[in-house]
Amino acid sequence: MASEPILGAEIIVKALIDQGVEVIFGYPGGAVLPLYDALFKQNQIKHILVRHEQAAVHAAEGYARSTGKVGVVLVTSGPGATNAVTGLTDALMDSIPLVCLTGQVPTHLIGNDAFQEADTTGITRPCTKHNYLVKSIDDLSRTVHEAFHVARSGRPGPVVIDLPKDIQQTKGEYVNHAGQRHRSYNPVVKPDRQQVEAAINLMATAKKPLFYIGGGVVNSGPAAAQLLTEFVRLTGFPCTQTLMGLGAFPGSDPLSLGMLGMHGMYEANWAMHDCDVMINIGARFDDRVTGKVSAFAPNSKKIHVDIDPSSINKNVRVDIPVVGDVGHVIEEMMRIWKARQIRPDAKALTAWWEQINKWRARDCLRYKASNEVIKPQYALQRLYEAAKSRDFYITTEVGQHQMWAAQFLKFEKPNHWMTSGGLGTMGYGLPAASGVQVAHPEALVVDVAGEASIMMNIQEISTLVQYRLPVKIFILNNRWMGMVRQWQELLHGGRYSESYSDALPDFVKLAEAFGAKGLRASKVSELDGVIKEMIETQGPVIVDVAVDEKENCFPMIPSGAAHNEMLLGPEDQSAKPISEEGMVLV
Amino acid sequence: MEQGQIERHTISVLVDNEAGVLARVIGLFSGRGYNIESLTVAEVDAEAHFSRITVVTSGTPMIIEQIKNQLRRLVPIHRVTDLTQDGPSLERELILVKVRGSGEKRVESLRIADIFRARVVDSTIESFVFEMTGSTEKLNAFIGLMQPLGLVEVSRTGVVAIARGAEAI
Repeated sequence: MASEPILGAEIIVKALIDQGVEVIFGYPGGAVLPLYDALFKQNQIKHILVRHEQAAVHAAEGYARSTGKVGVVLVTSGPGATNAVTGLTDALMDSIPLVCLTGQVPTHLIGNDAFQEADTTGITRPCTKHNYLVKSIDDLSRTVHEAFHVARSGRPGPVVIDLPKDIQQTKGEYVNHAGQRHRSYNPVVKPDRQQVEAAINLMATAKKPLFYIGGGVVNSGPAAAQLLTEFVRLTGFPCTQTLMGLGAFPGSDPLSLGMLGMHGMYEANWAMHDCDVMINIGARFDDRVTGKVSAFAPNSKKIHVDIDPSSINKNVRVDIPVVGDVGHVIEEMMRIWKARQIRPDAKALTAWWEQINKWRARDCLRYKASNEVIKPQYALQRLYEAAKSRDFYITTEVGQHQMWAAQFLKFEKPNHWMTSGGLGTMGYGLPAASGVQVAHPEALVVDVAGEASIMMNIQEISTLVQYRLPVKIFILNNRWMGMVRQWQELLHGGRYSESYSDALPDFVKLAEAFGAKGLRASKVSELDGVIKEMIETQGPVIVDVAVDEKENCFPMIPSGAAHNEMLLGPEDQSAKPISEEGMVLV
Repeated sequence: MEQGQIERHTISVLVDNEAGVLARVIGLFSGRGYNIESLTVAEVDAEAHFSRITVVTSGTPMIIEQIKNQLRRLVPIHRVTDLTQDGPSLERELILVKVRGSGEKRVESLRIADIFRARVVDSTIESFVFEMTGSTEKLNAFIGLMQPLGLVEVSRTGVVAIARGAEAI
């Protein structure tokens, strides 16, 4: 398959095309000029120019998460690469497949503290799934293809390819290595049959079972989520989702208990605490989910399905580990379940559901409605009502608004909810939304934001305007870093150290200055009209919703507490002081 | 989360001999807070470009399991073997010990070296350099005895290990 020698930069572009890449998010600079020149001379790959390299990575994450494809980033050396680090870490924590091409100074200058030189492979080693420095033109085409394979297979993640400028300008042969088997990296996707049987045996005897599903289901693909949905319905077991797993099971299904964890549903957390058989599919026992590990689901036997063996027995010891891809595992589970015609203990299951419905009856998302001031929860409920009949995608920033969005918006399908779960990156939502909108030009894409988070990548409005990406930025503006303030209230005696959003811009004028549309809702009566106008506007819109400044996010498991020690609201908060042990946790 | 007693394990890691692979392994240990008691690395197959890293680490059984699984996630790693767990194995270290002194102490250091089967590899009127291989415990004992006899410098390789029997990793 070898061909005439071509420039390294052209080899890279060819490899990207052969990998099916349609879009790159990037920002040019000295060390990637040959690559940008090669991009200029072709028209198969579209380049989206962001305004900051961090945003390029988040945009690629949004693109990847909403399509299931590998997101591609192109940045220059030095500051280009270091700016990308937050995004790469975010993608690593949330298992998002990315290939990030970074420029590097010419090979003969590496190590000389050259202009815009940084030790990119050294810096990104702990925040990527793998990285490469290409030092020979002969390794180039293999490396690019391998990077895509590593990024998308197994537990997905970000991969960096550091490309010295002279390599981009040297001529070499392009060879299509797509689909080649790797000599050491070959993740297991098909599960061990005996482990699956053991899991089914345990499930068949369950009296208080619970599915606990996470982002691994989304990563396995829409077909896996569909299969899982069928399987859950076949069993009649309740199903709770992690923040990353929202949409992997239909949120409106009666079997869904919604999100669990620190700000999860009362019924989901109590069910987790009291279950006797836990079926973890593609979730990783994150500390936001488990709370106090020693009191986590204390009477349960645990099944853990994960493609990454290192996720198993990391935080919580499990009884039946199943290593494999969720899609393959569920297929096998369903086959055995059907073949054996398993009928779970109907009486026990009925009693379990009765108990769950009692917890549900507590109506944990209840809040004090108001005619005076817009409650953030109410704003999200109205947004959901207006959006739900459409093909809508939601991204978020990080904080109270993110948790409220997770609580009050329901997702029926995977890949429609993009949020920074593991790293908790403020400034994720806007660039991620631009990536989602690039992939789904006709869809309604809303970034649910807080007024503090949105300031972290506000420059990206310019990207929206340039590419006519009609992203809607829905700011729940309470003039506080809400989650920081909530913790200061809870743990630090109400000393609100540096958490007030002072000197905020006028978001309506800001939108106009960028060439976007700005809208504001200050009164309850204005809200619906503003949401309607936002959705009907063709281009990008910033909506500044002035919400209740004092509202806190409940329910909540305080740090260091167990699932059955949830706080349901402000009244509970004063009744249950936080332990000293909990104070040191984040 | 922490369950069980702290155990010491010797783990053998077969890797591609490529730039940065050692940094990946070391970075994994430091980044996740695992212990390294000793670490050795050298190419063992020049044709296949394999290097072998031997790590002596300690932790609870759950942590040891994590270490092995985390190592297996690294892309250029071919095989991870727990020599402590998988059956009988041999462990050896090599040290070079410099002892300075005269008179009775100098004679005594020679006598002890003889008992330990250490070899003199360098000598001046007032010093010896001893070379010795053995288990970590034996080496530690030797160093302990040399301390009062004028020990001034120690250089040791860290543990290399291999499983007993006919099976290869």
